Amino acid sequence: MHLYRAHVLVCAGTGCTSSNSVKVMEEMNTLLLANKLDKEVQIVKTGCFGLCAEGPIVVVYPEGAMYTRVEVSDVKEIVEEHLLKGRIVKRLLAGEKEAEDISKSLEGVDFFKRQTRIALRNCGLINPENIDEYIAFDGYKALEKVLTEMKPEEVIDVMKQSGLRGRGGAGFPTGLKWSFAAQQVNDVKYVCCNADEGDPGAFMDRSVLEGDPHSLIEAMAIAGYAIGSSQGFVYVRAEYPIAVKRLQIAIEQAKEYGLLGDNILGTGFKFDLEIRLGAGAFVCGEETALMTSIEGHRGEPRPRPPFPAVKGLWQKPSILNNVETYANIPVIILKGAEWFSSIGTEKSKGTKVFAIGGKINNTGLVEVPMGTTLREVVYDIGGGIPKGKKFKAAQMGGPSGGCVPAEHLDIPIDYDSLLSIGAMMGSGGLIVMDEDTCMVDIAKFFLEFTVDESCGKCPPCRIGTKRMLEILTRITEGKGEEGDIEKLEELAKNIKTAALCGLGQTAPNPILSTIRYFRDEYEAHIKDKKCTAGVCTAMLQYTIDAAKCKSCGLCAKVCPMNCISGEKKVPYVIDQAKCAKCGACVEKCPFKAISKI
Amino acid sequence: MKSIAELEEIRKKTLEKISLRTNADGIRVVVGMATCGIAAGARPVMNAFVEEINKRSLNNVSVSMTGCIGVCKLEPVVEVIDKDGNKTTYVKMTAEKAARVVVEHIVNGQVCLDLTIGAVEK
Repeated sequence: MHLYRAHVLVCAGTGCTSSNSVKVMEEMNTLLLANKLDKEVQIVKTGCFGLCAEGPIVVVYPEGAMYTRVEVSDVKEIVEEHLLKGRIVKRLLAGEKEAEDISKSLEGVDFFKRQTRIALRNCGLINPENIDEYIAFDGYKALEKVLTEMKPEEVIDVMKQSGLRGRGGAGFPTGLKWSFAAQQVNDVKYVCCNADEGDPGAFMDRSVLEGDPHSLIEAMAIAGYAIGSSQGFVYVRAEYPIAVKRLQIAIEQAKEYGLLGDNILGTGFKFDLEIRLGAGAFVCGEETALMTSIEGHRGEPRPRPPFPAVKGLWQKPSILNNVETYANIPVIILKGAEWFSSIGTEKSKGTKVFAIGGKINNTGLVEVPMGTTLREVVYDIGGGIPKGKKFKAAQMGGPSGGCVPAEHLDIPIDYDSLLSIGAMMGSGGLIVMDEDTCMVDIAKFFLEFTVDESCGKCPPCRIGTKRMLEILTRITEGKGEEGDIEKLEELAKNIKTAALCGLGQTAPNPILSTIRYFRDEYEAHIKDKKCTAGVCTAMLQYTIDAAKCKSCGLCAKVCPMNCISGEKKVPYVIDQAKCAKCGACVEKCPFKAISKI
Repeated sequence: MKSIAELEEIRKKTLEKISLRTNADGIRVVVGMATCGIAAGARPVMNAFVEEINKRSLNNVSVSMTGCIGVCKLEPVVEVIDKDGNKTTYVKMTAEKAARVVVEHIVNGQVCLDLTIGAVEK
């Protein structure tokens, strides 16, 4: 065994990989060899640290120095200054780079200080492709414990007492779901994992798969033991290649160690796991559609009941949980239901992972105790809105959720509080919007997604959402009519009651919540033909202020439509009929004479 | 197939290997590795620390490096910081002296007084 004096952790999650962390790692390797440091310093590839906006991330232990936005050209300095001479490269450290007080460790950064990491406990700490590292951090200890010390009923009791609710969207109590499947008498039962994550802006599950795949395997084996199943399936979208590869490696390693397969840990328990790749259809994240897809059919939902716990995959009793839900389970077994239920609020226990994006400084992945306020997430962890703009709303829960306006910034984030204001926890996508966002346009964006992704099986979803989109499109084009809002509300109500599956039933939520909180914007679009946020181009007009215009002609040069004219000493004018409203002239004008109204 | 005992063994071994990512309350050995330190032979000293600590499977000890401590004429300088933050500064270190510090100070809690900065400066 070789001991190293320093470990260099390089994030290899999708976010950092796309910002070139692989090249950084290769350069690090080359330079360590060149400086004969390869025997002293070990490079470790890890999963997502969560601070994706600042990637690629490199953390050097034992100091815990966290370097952000590391470029290939920076590696030389890290090796020569930090690793060779022991001087931390301050200019690459996380945190306010200009400030005097730079935090040199991961834990010292505000972004991390306010988080409680349970599901993400190993992400960014261990090498996901090395089972030994997972084992070192108490991995597979929970499986040992249930197989040797607990009866299946006891495992389910712990889950019930912990208060864990599904992290995939609806928030159904996990222990209860397991107990339904456990009660069924059947030789064959299945344990399924939903890793089909399809909400725009969400990537929690992907990060767990990429950063800590063994925690999923361990949890699914525990679930198998609890309900009496010996076969599991992980349904993951093929659009997640890194996640799929790491999960494959992890499954192979687990099989090699006998942690999957027959007679696990010599206890006689048998459990095996297979991956099923999905084509990336939103509806395949709905539980019955997902199971239909695993069976090899077109992924369409079917009516419930019977619920999957009674008749699921191939008509056998089956449970389905999402990745994040599973990631919590080994810790709950080890630390106990009481510990878990002490975190969070009365009806929402534990923590929730959010993928925060949009108009926010720290886009990335965060895990906070339930009951943390939206304000804390947006301002304390997320670092607030860029360019000093005002917070307008946060879209939570993806196409099934809704918008939380500024007046509700202090709402504690838990399942029931969010529902009470017309939003939803959902899987944890959190998109922040500032004053430049048009709420009608946002509703249209989410509806476009739903219309594209509707599987088409039931008419309310297939036709109803399409009709709503037509109305919304009309409104944003300045052709809205009196009564459109009421029509939207009526359609929404009918779709909610009549759609076959959860996705159709929740599809109108983005519209309903934007109407609820931003009705005036809808009205301005319809009655005054005005988009107050200045987004809907059909209602915009660019004009040149004759008093400010110095007739320099720069605007005319940059105009792609050749619709600006004028001459020396005569103010320029825009031909409104030809204007494409691209805004290129506004940026070019040195005298700020052009404005949009 | 691995047994539970074997898993425990893997757990222990791997934790030792990656302990510098986890332990915050162990003993820290900090080696001055600025130009002066390196020129005076700090690298073999540090390697000796790593090797001795490894040999004895001391998983609550981390070895790290730091910049110039300021007394270049006494390099290589090594500081041993215990759990409570008490600092002992050893100067003019060699690989042999490093091995002694590990055995006497880190394992047995007896500071090698004759190697400390106070003794040498007298």
